[in-house]
Formats: sequence, structure tokens, C-alpha cells
Amino acid sequence: MNVGIGLPNTIPDSPGDAIAEWARRAEVGPFSSVVALDRLAYEGIDPFIALAVAAAVTDRVRVATMIAIGPLRSTGVLVKQAMSVDALSGGRLTLGLAVGARRDDYEAAGVDPRRRGDRLAEQLVYLRNGGDGHRGLSARAGLELLVGGASGSAFARAARYADGYAHGGGPPRAFENAVARALAAWSDLGRPGRPRLWGQGYFALGEVERGNAYLRDYYSFTGPFAEKIVAGNLTSPRAIKDFVRGYEEAGCDELILLPTVRDIDQLDRLAEVIGR
Amino acid sequence: MKVTIVGAGPAGLYLAILLKKIDQSHDVTILERNPPDATFGWGVVFSEETLGALKEADHRSYIDITDTFARWDRIDIHHGGRTMRSRGHAFSAISRRSLLAILQRRCRDLDVDLRFGAEIDDPRRLAGETDLLVGADGVNSVVRRMDEGAFGTSIAPLGCKYVWFGTDLVLDAFTFVFKPTDHGLIHVHAYPFDEATSTWIVECPEHIWRRAGLDGTNEAESMAFCQDLFRKELAGHRLMSNRSIWMDFLEVHNESWHHGNVVLIGDAAHTAHFSIGSGTKLAMEDSIALANAFIRREDLERALVDYELERQSVVERFQQAARESAEYFERVERQTHMPPLQFAFNLVTRSGRISHANLMLRDPPFVRVLDAWFSERAGVGELRPGSLAPPPMFVPLTLGSLGLGNRIVREGSDESALVEAARSGAGLVLTDLTAVSPEGRTTPDCPVLNDDADLTRWVSVIDAVHGYDARIAIQLGHAGRRAATEPRERGVDLPLRAGGWPILAASAIRYTPMSVRPRAIDEDDMARVREDFASAAARAVAMGADAVELNFAHGYLIGGFLSPLTNRRTDAYGGSLEARLRFPLSVLEAVSAAMGDRVLIVQMSVTDWADGGLAPDEAIDIARRMSASGAGMIHVAAGQTIAGGRPEYRRGFLTSLAGRVRAETGVPTLVGGYLTTPDEVNTIVGSGRADLCLLEVIASDLDSLMAEEPRAARPMGAG
Repeated sequence: MNVGIGLPNTIPDSPGDAIAEWARRAEVGPFSSVVALDRLAYEGIDPFIALAVAAAVTDRVRVATMIAIGPLRSTGVLVKQAMSVDALSGGRLTLGLAVGARRDDYEAAGVDPRRRGDRLAEQLVYLRNGGDGHRGLSARAGLELLVGGASGSAFARAARYADGYAHGGGPPRAFENAVARALAAWSDLGRPGRPRLWGQGYFALGEVERGNAYLRDYYSFTGPFAEKIVAGNLTSPRAIKDFVRGYEEAGCDELILLPTVRDIDQLDRLAEVIGR
Repeated sequence: MKVTIVGAGPAGLYLAILLKKIDQSHDVTILERNPPDATFGWGVVFSEETLGALKEADHRSYIDITDTFARWDRIDIHHGGRTMRSRGHAFSAISRRSLLAILQRRCRDLDVDLRFGAEIDDPRRLAGETDLLVGADGVNSVVRRMDEGAFGTSIAPLGCKYVWFGTDLVLDAFTFVFKPTDHGLIHVHAYPFDEATSTWIVECPEHIWRRAGLDGTNEAESMAFCQDLFRKELAGHRLMSNRSIWMDFLEVHNESWHHGNVVLIGDAAHTAHFSIGSGTKLAMEDSIALANAFIRREDLERALVDYELERQSVVERFQQAARESAEYFERVERQTHMPPLQFAFNLVTRSGRISHANLMLRDPPFVRVLDAWFSERAGVGELRPGSLAPPPMFVPLTLGSLGLGNRIVREGSDESALVEAARSGAGLVLTDLTAVSPEGRTTPDCPVLNDDADLTRWVSVIDAVHGYDARIAIQLGHAGRRAATEPRERGVDLPLRAGGWPILAASAIRYTPMSVRPRAIDEDDMARVREDFASAAARAVAMGADAVELNFAHGYLIGGFLSPLTNRRTDAYGGSLEARLRFPLSVLEAVSAAMGDRVLIVQMSVTDWADGGLAPDEAIDIARRMSASGAGMIHVAAGQTIAGGRPEYRRGFLTSLAGRVRAETGVPTLVGGYLTTPDEVNTIVGSGRADLCLLEVIASDLDSLMAEEPRAARPMGAG
């Protein structure tokens, strides 16, 4: 199992050079990928722009969205953004897509959320089928696509159109349960081989209250669920090690640890814990 | 901390006890609308596991509870004039009244302020006057109803109509009675709970309840009806009422179990159908988890989050099992024709919580006899006292001319995968979809069986499969509006970028918004497609295939005729079920005529998982018609009729659907649905939910380790 690290692109008040600095250190650390989150109606840096910066200062690590809310963008814009990052990174992009959970993101984008499932499916087919070269909107044939979400439709979408499944976070047991559903869908749709399975978890080493306060704010739209996410924040080396082991045993291919505090020493402390 | 608990049921009382034990200075008040000795219902059941938790949480009350317990380890199933027994199920039960008395006494000893006859008219005010307000006030919780929006409450009826009696017949086992009547099957769940009394729950689906006239009866009349109906089983004893009226079971679900300083426990937070006997157990376990959360956390919000995180996933698993169980009882009438031993095994394994392997540990003789019975029925061995037989997975199956060595089916997408599947020990290997004509191919490299030249590529595969003593079924189909797509390595239903071909469907509706629009098939096309199916089947037989499977599922051409979502025709082939069946049945009959004595399997989606689509009841009628027109087996599938359905993926997601098809039509079934273990196969086949299972083997490190071991180094007898 690979371990990747999140960029602080949705943590408010991150200094302008934070993305580049995190990416540079991740490149020399024990991390296989750097990952950006996507929220429109929330302070932060656009995931594709963040990944473009990360791509410019790295050569080795994969750059990934986990996930980008595809339907917030028109298909053309999404393809342009994603393929720009893919080109800037020399083909290192893994594009995770889902419908997202926030209504106000859709309002801010001026997009009707009722068609979001169909729109995402259209985007996935478009990307998978190489885009539209005549318009200069080609998608690279080998681009790695992941789909996230927890509904039966999301598992079907991942199996129908993507290379794998991006889980939304939770204890290893929850991941394992989702994996069984992802594999059931994969097999039901007659896909050969097995899906790539990506997991994620939040961490804060030291600075626990700052990290928790960020999660409370970031997830305030979920109401009481925000506190459950806070409770899952990994705040000790031991909790991180157990979590990593749990995910590895559950069959995870790539586990992304997402920061909740923007300070660069969070990355260094995590690198020490992972210590590979 | 000042804690106000609304409701003096087991959950509320137990929580009060545990909070006081953690910290005697907690100020705990319980408010209960009813008097102390008013209780509804009779006995409550606990498992061994729950007893362990109670023992650890409060030893004093544990001793009092277990002193008055009724214990048993047997399940008796009265059905068809016979009693089948299964042992090793350690249960215990106590009268609800005694349980409450013990807990009330313990509360008083610990200085809990117990207030009975307290009407709760303003829970919001209560919440404002206390540090923590606990809603332990049951299904109709007043505390929860103060803010169901914040809790995300949903409530839905589940299962049968039921009524909860007591009886002075003292049973010595958990007892199920299945009683046929002129109106339909009425059944009983009964168990002892003290030295003088048993719980006697009567249940039947609503339509039977109405036919029997029970909708118009009062308390006394319905008790008299039940007393008379179960006269023999009650053996002269009487039923007793305690506000025993017919009810619907309500399944309560809450997205969140707490909001601000208000928390829900027990039935106020969640209910699980009584047929798995877990209501009181789950409620008291909630109390333990909530009390413990206050040991770990001082902060109220964090403690409530910990409680919820610990309990919600556990409760969801029980609710899933309880739903399976409730649905089983709702339809049990349709499987009363099962052989008694299999009926019993099916009943015991209904919720998915007990499998063939679990029961092997609990009740070894039951499983030994079941296995021997199953073997004998399959024509292998003889059922005698002490007979030994392999588990159901390894019992041969004879289906017409098809003789299979075991119940395992494996799929192979190409020649080498098919041979490997046969080599791994599967009794039957099933090919991927093979098109009956080039236009019916899913992808450009999808095999086609429409030319005698195609035969040669198959013969060597078939010979190789036969060489491993396995049989092979060729899956034939026409992809319809799902034809002409990119190879599946990168995805499914991706329209071909280049080199596509015109495609056909029941109606001219695209499969996905990006798919090519199909042309609605006309009568000339139908005649040609029918002929393509028949000649492909004849070729399959000629080249030595042991069976043919017709893929009428997943929204392919023929499946598209069956579903009202994809068949919008206004001619003789669309509209009523009869019309939607017309073309599919004509294809089936044409194939059947071309097959000689070879077995024909039909794969069909028995639900579309979509509004307005095919649902299991109608699909079961279709399966019956398929059988009458020559299908010897139904391969049960679901979904994919449209790309936008709402599938329910999980392990074994097709098992109960397969069981319904088999029980209600009598047609043998083949089922997949992500089955990965021998135990699942033994349970499904042994319980008569299916005859064959499509197994997906997950390779293990141990496989490669052992495969590397030099053969000569293996000890004698090990291979």
C-alpha cells in the first residue's frame, strides 16, 4: 500500500507558498502522492490550480484530486483543467471525481444539482473516450480515473466508468465494508481485474484543537456528523500507525492522509511516523 | 452532572444505574408517564453475548436477572405435522415485569430519583433545565418528536401484522409454529420467560389478517381466534392478554442519535424487528456504551459522539439482519412446501447471522444429518442413522442431461480463464457473453457464434474443460442497446469511438445519454434474431457444450423487452406483461427446440432497482413462464436494465432474490452476487435458496506459498 499526503488547499489562511512547500517536501518524503480537495463555496485554492503548482515543483509523486466535484464544472472546463494538470505533471494525474455533498457548492456554480449524477456519468464517458480532439479537448487515454461516493449508484459508476474507487474516510472497518460493495459492483458489471482502492483519513499531530476546529468548520454543513469526523481525526503517532495498518489489511492500494493544520511541520511529523 | 432520563424501560433504568456507579455525585432523575408496575409485553430475550456485557457492566443486577431467568438452547419448529429441532442456541429470557422490578430496585439503592406518573409535556424546557436529557421513551419517543428534523428520523412499517400474548404453557424451547388456515399461513414465535409463563406472538401478513377477518376483531375476539387456532399446540393452556392488540412493527431509524444536550437510546433511537429478538439487548447495550463514554470523555459533545460512533454501526448490522428476517416471515407461506429439514435450516439461516459453518459449531448433529439428507436427495449415498456426507457445496447435481460434480460455478472471460476455472475444481464453467450475431456483440472482440467456422476455436476449450471433469455452459446473448461499446478493460458501456455498427433495442432509447441511439426492432429483425439464437444454440450443442445459458438480463436485447422502463412499444410486443413476454418467449421456445435434451439456463434481472421498473413479484411470474417454455434453471441477476438504477451492492446481494425465485416457482436457480467463501455456498445451497453458486475466489498469499512447495517434500497423504 502506498501512502500519500493531502495539500492544505482547503485550510483557510494558508500562506501563498504553502502548496509548493508541501509538495516539495512530500517529493523527498515517504509519500507516493499529493492530493487536493475540492470545495467551491469555502475558502481555499482550486484543486487543479493547487495540483498545477505541486506538479511544477515535483517529478516523482502522483498528483491527485480526492475528489473533485465534477458536475460543478462543464465537461469542457473539467477536461481542460484536468488535462492541463496532467500535461504539467508529465502524466502524473489521478483524477478522482464524485458528485459532492454540498448544495451551496452547486448554488455558487449555478448548476442544477438534480442532474448531478447524469452529468458526472457524461464527464466520465467523455474522459474515458478521449474527449473531443477536434475542439482541442483531448483526454489522455491512460488517465487514471477514480469515483467516490457511498450510494449504490456511486459504486456502479465507479465500476462502469473508472479505474477504481475513492473512499470518503472513516475507520478501517467502514473502508472494508465499502470495498466489498465496490468489488461486488465491479464483478456485477463484468469488469476484468480489480479496482484500484484509495482510502483517506485526517490527521493533526500536536495542534489537535486547531485541527479539530478546522474540521468542525469545514464539515459544518453536515450538522451533527461533523463531530463524528472530528472524533476520527488521527491525533497521535499510534492512531496513525493503527489506521495505516488497518487500511493495508483491508486491501487499500493508496491511503491519503489529509492535514487539518496548515503548518509544514505537520508533514515532517507525519513523515517521521510513516517512516518508510 | 445533572441527567434527566425520560422513560423507565430497561434502557433508561440501566443507564441510570451505570451513571450512578461511575459517579455517585451525578444527579440522575427518571421521568416515567406510567405507574411503576405498568408494563406491556411479556418476556424479553437475551443472548449469551449480551449476558456477558451485563455481567461486566453491573454484577449486582446481573445476578438478580439471571436468578429469575428461563434458559434454553433449542429451537423447535412445528411445521407440516412434524417438529424439527435444532440445539446449541443459547438463549435466556426474563419477564419484562421482573426485569423492570430488579432495575427499579437497583436504581433506588443507588439514589436515582424515580418519578412515575410524570407527564412530559415540554421536553424542550426539560432539556434547558438539565445537563443531559436522555430520550429512553421508546418507539413513540416524545423526546425524539420534539425535533425529528435534527435527528433525521425516519419510521416505516416492516413485516407482518402481529399480536403479543402470554400463555401459561411453559415451553422448553424457542418455538415456531406454522399453521395453515383457510385464509393462509399464520405463525407463532414463542418462548418461555419464567417458571409459569411463555411469550406467544402471533403473526401473519396483512392480506391474510384481513381475509381471516382479524381487522374487525376486538382484543377478546382476536385472542379467542388465536386460542382456538393453536388449541393443539397450546395443549389445553390459555392465552393471556396484556393490552394485546394487533400491531404493525415500526422500524425507527435516526441519522443522528444526539442533538445538543439531548441523546436517544433504545427504541427511541432505533428498532430492529422482534423476530431476531434483539430490542432489549440493543437498548441495554446502548446504555452501557453511553455510560462508558462518560468515563472516557468529560466533554459532553465528545462523549455523545463516541457513543454514537460505537453503537450506530453495530445497530445497522442488526437492523439489516432484522429486515431480512421480517421479510422472510412476510413470505414464509410461499416456502412451506420445502422438505421439513431444509425448511428448518432455511428458517435458522434467514437473517444471515447464522451460516452452515456457525450451525456446525452450535449443532453438529443437525448439520451432519442435513448434509446426509442433502446428499441422499441428490442421489448420492443413503440417509441412515450416523450417515456422513460432504457439505452441500460438494454434492453432485443432476439437471436433466447435465451432471455436475459439485455446486460451484465459475466464470471465465477467455479460453485460458475457462480452463483454469475447470482446473480449480468448479463443477460448471460459464463463458462470458457470446453474441448470436455480429450486431449483438458488446464489444468488437466479443466472441460470436454464428458461423460453423467459429466451432473450431471452442472445441479445444470444451475438451480441456471436460478433461478436468467439469461441464461448460455457453452464455448466448444479444447486447441490444448495450452493443458496440469499447472493451471492458477501461469501463463498461463506453460507446465505440470508431468502427461502431447500428444497434437494435425493444424501443429507441439510449442506454446512457452518451450511448448510440438504437433503432426499435421490427418484426423482420425479430425473426432474424430468433433464428440467430436458435442456430447459435444448435452450434453450441454441436460443438459439445453441456448447457446453454441465454442472457435475458441486464438490459440486453431480450431483457429490454421484459422491463416496462425499456419496452415502450405500443404494438403486440409492449404494454402488458403478456405482450412484453411475447418476443422473449418465442426466442426461448426456438432455442429450446434446437437444444435436444441439453439443459437451458435463462439469466434474468429479477428487479430493475428503479421506480416503474420490473420488481420481484412480476419477475417471478416471468421466471415461471420461462420455465414453462423450456428453461431448466434461472440464473438470478438484478439491475443494469437502465444505467441509472439504484443498485444494492453488498456481499450476497442476490441471495434472497434467488431464494424467492426458487421457492415460489420451483425452478432451480443459479446465483452469484459476490460470493467468495465455501460457507456462503454451503448455506445457500443447503437452505434451498439456490442449486448452484457462482463463486469468486479471492487469491491468498498462502496459495502461492503452498504452490511453491516442492511436491516431493509433501508428507504422505497430503495430496
